[in-house]
Amino acid sequence: MTKTTSPASARSTGRRGEEITKILFVVPAAVAIVVLFGYPVVKNLVMSFQDYTLATFFTGEAPWVGLQNFATVVGDALFTKALVNTALFTAGSIAGQFAIGLALALFFHRNFPLNRVVRALFLLPWLMPLIVGSAAWRAVLEQDSGILNVTLERLGIIDSPVPWLASSDVALVSVILVNIWLGIPFNLTLLYSGLQDIPEELYEAAALDGATGWRSFRYITWPNLREVVGIVLMLGVIYTLKVIDIILGLTHGGPANATETIATQSYERSFVEFKFGQGAALSNILIVISLAFAILYLRATRRRIDE
Amino acid sequence: MKKRLATLAALVTLTPLTLAACGDDSPPANATVDSLTLLDYYSDEPTNSLVQALVDKCGTAIGTKINRTAVPGPSLIQKVLQQASSKTLPDVLMLDNPDIQQIAATGALAPLGDYGIKTDGYAEGPVSAATYKGKLYGLQPAANTIGIFYNKDVLTKAGVTPPTTWDELKSTAKKLTTGDQYGFAFNATADFEGAWQFLPPMWTNGGDETKLKDPQVAEALALWKDLVDSGVSSKSVVTWGQGDVNDQFIAGKAAMMLNGPWNIPAIDKAKVNFGVVSFPVNKAGQTSTAPLGGEAWTVPQTGNKAKMSKAAEFVKCMNSDENQMQRAKDGGLVPTKLALADKFKTEVPSMAGFVDAVAHARARTGKLGEKWPDTAKVIYTGMQLVLTGQAAPADAMAKAGA
Repeated sequence: MTKTTSPASARSTGRRGEEITKILFVVPAAVAIVVLFGYPVVKNLVMSFQDYTLATFFTGEAPWVGLQNFATVVGDALFTKALVNTALFTAGSIAGQFAIGLALALFFHRNFPLNRVVRALFLLPWLMPLIVGSAAWRAVLEQDSGILNVTLERLGIIDSPVPWLASSDVALVSVILVNIWLGIPFNLTLLYSGLQDIPEELYEAAALDGATGWRSFRYITWPNLREVVGIVLMLGVIYTLKVIDIILGLTHGGPANATETIATQSYERSFVEFKFGQGAALSNILIVISLAFAILYLRATRRRIDE
Repeated sequence: MKKRLATLAALVTLTPLTLAACGDDSPPANATVDSLTLLDYYSDEPTNSLVQALVDKCGTAIGTKINRTAVPGPSLIQKVLQQASSKTLPDVLMLDNPDIQQIAATGALAPLGDYGIKTDGYAEGPVSAATYKGKLYGLQPAANTIGIFYNKDVLTKAGVTPPTTWDELKSTAKKLTTGDQYGFAFNATADFEGAWQFLPPMWTNGGDETKLKDPQVAEALALWKDLVDSGVSSKSVVTWGQGDVNDQFIAGKAAMMLNGPWNIPAIDKAKVNFGVVSFPVNKAGQTSTAPLGGEAWTVPQTGNKAKMSKAAEFVKCMNSDENQMQRAKDGGLVPTKLALADKFKTEVPSMAGFVDAVAHARARTGKLGEKWPDTAKVIYTGMQLVLTGQAAPADAMAKAGA
């Protein structure tokens, strides 16, 4: 083939070949995004406008119902409660995880014996399967014989056992506490690596100018850590919004719906009641909320880069 | 040339596959069937091997190889849905009895009447659970239900007998509540399990799942509330699954519990001396009524007529007198043919407390059919509203959306 073509056209073929090669390099990633990310999102969106039920799997028919699924889930008496719970759960979890994670990261940033060993131990909650973790916590928080109540009573901190998971007033707090425990390793690890990237000279220079302790944190650590903090908080919010396993494992959304969130409601509607359309509607609402946080984050970082 | 040969060979080998995949070309009903596929959720030992033995036995009896797949309980329906959308449903499918009507409503199951399967002499519960719009879609060899387990040693020591009325349940439980030990334990979680455990008091008292705002239902809610408020049952019942309830009983932290016969092996292993009675009645003249449990065999619409009729033969075989007895003995269940029950009672005395209960057991889907899950949600929500003090028994069901 090439023998018959002129040098000029050979060069243009070469350039076109280069273009094709470039595209070919992009194709695998593009396909992966479309198949693994685009398809489920679009499918979920379409599903939320359909009457998608058990029968759909057998007949393949899912009648278009417009906004009816959204109207049903938003009009549900539980929706407001689930929304408020989602906000409380997310805010409470993030605040706790971040504060403790940051404190621990600062603590481990110093050099002391067994630092690595202890830090590794803090990663344990992360390694434990969630369902095992929640089963263990259910035993710990058990009202009558759980180790937490027994300990607190022996220490004289409480007079009567606290119904950690059995009372609709306390259950949400308990679930948040367990989720904080679960989220500490994530916060600790990212913040710790952020701290390690801050050049030691900055602290030395600041120390010469008399900035130590709180002042060095305020004027050196925090500004240099802001980038990482932004990522940690944004990922934290998105991860926490969609938490279901820990809640299902601990309380199943109870008692009396006290720990229902948008995510658990979405799961219940899809996989327990088999109303997949309504479940999809709820998860789309959740995606929009996550998206709002992602956009906020992106705008904040862009502004910082512009500065 | 070589390449072309290979393509040809590939085409030739593929052709029978593509033909077989076409539904319209299914062999006539009298064609020979050399194997059937089967799906169930008996994936835990020892049930897994015991069911496998029965399946093999019936496979031999009808002259067909059975390729059985067992998946864990919670993933069965999801597996069935996947298979339904890819048109690969098994020839024989096991379904939990409250799921049958929901699946039948989608048109995925074949009516068993078409294969001459009749239910004369069966207990009413299993038949009504498997009947959708007047047609039978499943046949259940053996059933279970829930009743009151009591620790014989503890009751003898306290000088009390098992309760037969609600008042006795409360007073007996009170006498049995000492130190670490609660008088009575039950499961009141916010899920289908919690709803199922509320049915004995509700149905026994004449309550009805289609009229949840009736006083009979409110009285049943009041019983659960009294038991918790008076301290004879733990406040943790709202978080205890049936497995947790059994753990409490075995650990000696509950003298009595509401639970099912599947716990007997664990209780025996822990060497607890126990007895079983039906759930007590509120007033004289009421019949103790508990919900029906257990699984049925169904024949999905696979389009292959020969295989479907062979599958129906298999379902019949699994329900022969001999196999019903065997399955009941293996699984801590009661045969669903009423004539077998008496024989069963003498052969397995520890199950005697459940035999009558199964004869009267009511199917959760008997009245509501595929609407049951929605109502179950109202029931467990109302129950939890009462137990957490957020609603009075009289208006809890209305508040829960009844």
